[in-house]
Amino acid sequence: MAVFVNGVIFDGIDTSAQDCWKLEAYVARGGYQALRRIIESKMAQEDVIAEVKNSGLRGRGGAGFPTGLKWSFMPRSFPGDKYVVCNTDEGEPGTFKDRDILRFNPHALIEGMIIAGYAMGTKAGYNYIHGEIFEEYELFEAALDEARQAGFLGKNILGSDFSFDLFAHHGYGAYICGEETALLESLEGKKGQPRFKPPFPASFGLYGKPTTINNTESFASVPFIIRDGAQKFLEAGKPNNGGTKLFSVSGHVNRPGNYEIPLGTPFSVLLEMAGGMRDGKKLKAVIPGGSSAPILPGDVMMQCTMDYDSIAKAGSMLGSGAVIVMNEDVCMVKALERLAYFYHEESCGQCTPCREGTGWLYKVIHRIANGEGRPGDLELLDSVGNNMAGRTICALADAAVFPVRSFTKHFRNEFEYLIEHKKPLVDHKWC
Amino acid sequence: MLSAQSLAAIDREVAKYPADQKRSAVMGALRIALVERRETGKTPEERCLNTEVIEFVANYLQIPPVAAYEVATFYNMYDMKPVGQYKITVCTNLPCALSGGVNAAAYISKKLGIAIGETSADGKYTLLEGECMGACGDAPVLLVNNHKMCSFMTPEAIDKKLAELN
Repeated sequence: MAVFVNGVIFDGIDTSAQDCWKLEAYVARGGYQALRRIIESKMAQEDVIAEVKNSGLRGRGGAGFPTGLKWSFMPRSFPGDKYVVCNTDEGEPGTFKDRDILRFNPHALIEGMIIAGYAMGTKAGYNYIHGEIFEEYELFEAALDEARQAGFLGKNILGSDFSFDLFAHHGYGAYICGEETALLESLEGKKGQPRFKPPFPASFGLYGKPTTINNTESFASVPFIIRDGAQKFLEAGKPNNGGTKLFSVSGHVNRPGNYEIPLGTPFSVLLEMAGGMRDGKKLKAVIPGGSSAPILPGDVMMQCTMDYDSIAKAGSMLGSGAVIVMNEDVCMVKALERLAYFYHEESCGQCTPCREGTGWLYKVIHRIANGEGRPGDLELLDSVGNNMAGRTICALADAAVFPVRSFTKHFRNEFEYLIEHKKPLVDHKWC
Repeated sequence: MLSAQSLAAIDREVAKYPADQKRSAVMGALRIALVERRETGKTPEERCLNTEVIEFVANYLQIPPVAAYEVATFYNMYDMKPVGQYKITVCTNLPCALSGGVNAAAYISKKLGIAIGETSADGKYTLLEGECMGACGDAPVLLVNNHKMCSFMTPEAIDKKLAELN
């Protein structure tokens, strides 16, 4: 189910219409006007980048880094090959927004990437698509064909001297490839193991060439920014948090789905949009930004607004905007066990603290959850976590540790009770 | 070893990348090889990738066999072990579990009479638990043979799907 309110990316889309993804429908919604204007007015590259900067668009993949600033890092005058790459490797538990962009509005992404290619002086781009969404990959390829036939992609776009082509690369099941340098390795046909940074992709990216990598939703926001102006995008959100944002709401709500709403919307309003709590149960906890974001108790969440700054102030992060809602029937030890297993399974194995540490975290949480916890296990989890976070090439180890720290902080009594009494404090029900 | 149709599909993958970067096409090429094995294989052993097919793909792309092998073993959707005619992968990660993912896996397991990780004796079904498929809003979600996603898999929807596969 997909619900879009006050959308930028999903403005005017009827997602129930089978052809809403097609070029014709996109053009009827005002699509490709931004690209046309840039090319016809011969807009300067730095002016395009300035517009994106002024919009306050922050990276929608999780880190929230200002997109325009990232674009300005690219050496525009570098004479050799350069690339723009889109990260549609969406596999963070709770996140499912990019799939909806691909299936309902792929041309917004394509146009955004062409504009990025123009602004950064690149001739080719790739969209790396999550392995499990093969049908969306095929649909995206069909959309690329449409764009090529209409002259939006390929040589001499719209009769100008600007040429740019774009290709889809299909992943095949590795969460780590959402990490940008692992994604580049994978795109080069290798195991998806992250690279040391620096050098950063802007100087040494795909095939060792300057590369800019953005999230699907970031690119798909760009046509609106150019067409309707940075100011309008900025005003759709709040200062330092420009624009609307897609929130993927999952878990114990009546209407799970994607909600595109202005940044700064109160969480309570979002919860209401999602139909409120399923079966009228009490809200217990929320993970506000994907499984790697620290969990927050329900009452804390009810005081938050959905933007980067408010969620950070409450001690978590907005991340990818994946909001996982849990009711009073969930045993927090069981919930954490499930997440710990995920990170253990998905560690790429390159760095010892992560490869071994994610396994230890899972084993200890698993034994606590099964009534076999030992006194000192919570301290052991702390110690293992301290030896992982910040000690690896990429942030997967940190992402595995954040939930452990936040679950054991906010719901410590449940862990202590289970260790002491060998049975859970909460009569656990998944749903 | 692979059909002309598969080779043409691999060529289309190769064409996406710079001429000196054929290695980039290895992920797509292995996927295409796996699909052909699945569609033509008559036993679980014939439906998965093996070293001969991987080496063939590597030679076709002019890369060392180990470069293809390490890709086939790193990414978890490449079937390296014998697999049923229908591989059913159910997401049981946290967001899906909250909307019936764990229950869906248990229901299928009971219905097919196989545990998670097993293949049925007739070689028809393999049941697996999967990690996040990026479709948590549609939970319970499962994949049939890697490429077909099925959403909102209540017991009734599962019954219907299994009847269809049968």
